Amino acid sequence: MIIRKFEEKVEELFMVKGLLIGPSHLYLGQESIAVGAMAALQPDDLTVTTYRGHGHALAKDVPVNLCMAELFGKSTGNCKGLGGSMHVAIYPKTGSLYATAIVGSGIPIAAGVGLGLKRKGNKRIAATFFGDGACNTGAFHEGMNLIAVWKLPVLLFCENNQYAMSTPVKSAVSSPSIAERAHSYGMETMVVNGNDVVAVYVAAKAAAERARSESLPTFLECLTYKMKGHGVYDKGEYRPKEEVAKWLERDPVTTFKKRLLDQKVLTAAEIDGLEAETRQEIEDSVEFAVAGSPLPFDQIMKYVYLE
Amino acid sequence: MKELTYADALREALREEMIRDQSVILLGEEIGVFNGVYKVTRGLLDEFGPERVRDTPISEAAIAGAAVGLALAGMRPVAEIMYMDFLPICMDQLCTQAAKMRFMSGGQLNVPMVLRTQYSLGRQHGSQHSQFTPAWFLQAPGVKVALPSDPCDAKGLLKSAIRDPNPVLFVESGLLYRTKGPVPEEEYTVALGEAAVKQKGEDVTIVAVSRMVNESLAAARKLEAEGISAEVVDLRTIQPLDVETITESVKRTSRLVVASDDVKRGGIGAELSASIVETCFDYLDAPIVRVACPDTPIPFSPQLEQQYMPNAERVVQAVKSVLGK
Repeated sequence: MIIRKFEEKVEELFMVKGLLIGPSHLYLGQESIAVGAMAALQPDDLTVTTYRGHGHALAKDVPVNLCMAELFGKSTGNCKGLGGSMHVAIYPKTGSLYATAIVGSGIPIAAGVGLGLKRKGNKRIAATFFGDGACNTGAFHEGMNLIAVWKLPVLLFCENNQYAMSTPVKSAVSSPSIAERAHSYGMETMVVNGNDVVAVYVAAKAAAERARSESLPTFLECLTYKMKGHGVYDKGEYRPKEEVAKWLERDPVTTFKKRLLDQKVLTAAEIDGLEAETRQEIEDSVEFAVAGSPLPFDQIMKYVYLE
Repeated sequence: MKELTYADALREALREEMIRDQSVILLGEEIGVFNGVYKVTRGLLDEFGPERVRDTPISEAAIAGAAVGLALAGMRPVAEIMYMDFLPICMDQLCTQAAKMRFMSGGQLNVPMVLRTQYSLGRQHGSQHSQFTPAWFLQAPGVKVALPSDPCDAKGLLKSAIRDPNPVLFVESGLLYRTKGPVPEEEYTVALGEAAVKQKGEDVTIVAVSRMVNESLAAARKLEAEGISAEVVDLRTIQPLDVETITESVKRTSRLVVASDDVKRGGIGAELSASIVETCFDYLDAPIVRVACPDTPIPFSPQLEQQYMPNAERVVQAVKSVLGK
């Protein structure tokens, strides 16, 4: 829920208030994947994610104030305002190790992280997240092969949101599914309903256990849909209206809410309370972000090299 | 002092650092069972085992990416990219990932990795296995670039590179692997970022890198016989670039020749010349002259390649031209 409210706020800050500028890739519609996956990981497992990373950051416990301040480019952000929206999921303190803005590049990095953790022999694992677009890059194939041939404890979450920018998967991916590609590398694969947080959690839990106990990777193709366009300025008008409508019915947040009510896990009042609390938390984070200042320009030099 | 080849000196650096630090791990194509294409890693698989000396598939992007990930996970990877010509395949990992991680994470991350590679100009390897392109990496703040010219520096710089908390591109010269030189018996390192005056002189400063340091020293000997005293400075690293040492030298000699194996346009000589014009404009008595390769790909024909490569004779001519002789 915090991801949904955060992203809705971010969209408002960009589009309505004009307070934020630059590319920002919203996670709306994909929340179940980050939430389900991170819940299956241990706090000291390490993630390598992407420029569509607000959701990964929040689900991996990056404090919301720091995330919002980073989006505002303030020195109070987790990356001191030097990273911005596309790198907001860099916060090694909570295991949110890295977020790349180059499609596909995180997969070989995750291989190295997995190998490093395996060498240390402490049963920690790596998890990497990327979109359907990444599966057509060279880095994807080189990285997948290395992870498989070296049997590395890496979970690969392919968030298939049906479009690489505006290019539909159907016209860009030759194989019947992305999971099939992973399968051809000799990797365990699962195709998961990425809009169902419980389904993602259950699959991720099993994959994490295999990685921990047998040091084997798993590829999880999570089928989902980006509710908005590629970036915050993209209205996604290239998508057929019926398709959008069909997917909006499967909105992971509203469907999960309904499920919690139907199964009497929470009452409507409790959900309202949580929503109000979350909304307040986001408002507070905006206040925190606005109050901060950018790093003094003469200080940026010292972040290039570590002396 | 002992006599070692450039390749053996590099191997000593790798071996000593692997003994000193368990987190040092090697990966690359043919480095294990085959002992390395140029035998730099000979015997290391037997000594340290396949977990620490890892043969990889032919996947340069994954080799470099895995090195980045290893470094993020707390290891000290030394990855080998067989030819410098293969670096563009992993450019993203080196220049767009590793180089920027510390910066764009606001100092949360650092990437202690080394990418070793070599260039084979002068060995009839043709256009795609010979090029020397270190100047590309001057445009990648966050990466350090070392290019040793003799066995002593090769060992000392590699040890520093492995211990450095930043990504280091380490460029070896294929032509120098079998050359010998004195190397201290005892433990030592050579700091990254300090140029070395390899020959004292008064009339002209010759700044060179890698193989061209040796050619420049040969040129200095020839010039000495003609009564010209040339100072030869080995940059040793181009990032950091030790402008201070060169400035100090040029202020004394008032003349500068820059010698390197890259193509002249936009090369090491271009960057260094601009830096020295900024610091020494009032001291220069002649235009700076660059000795470098022509702006063409490298020809295969051994005769053409010899004409293509800079050498001691061309350095001599350049020195005479800046002295008006």
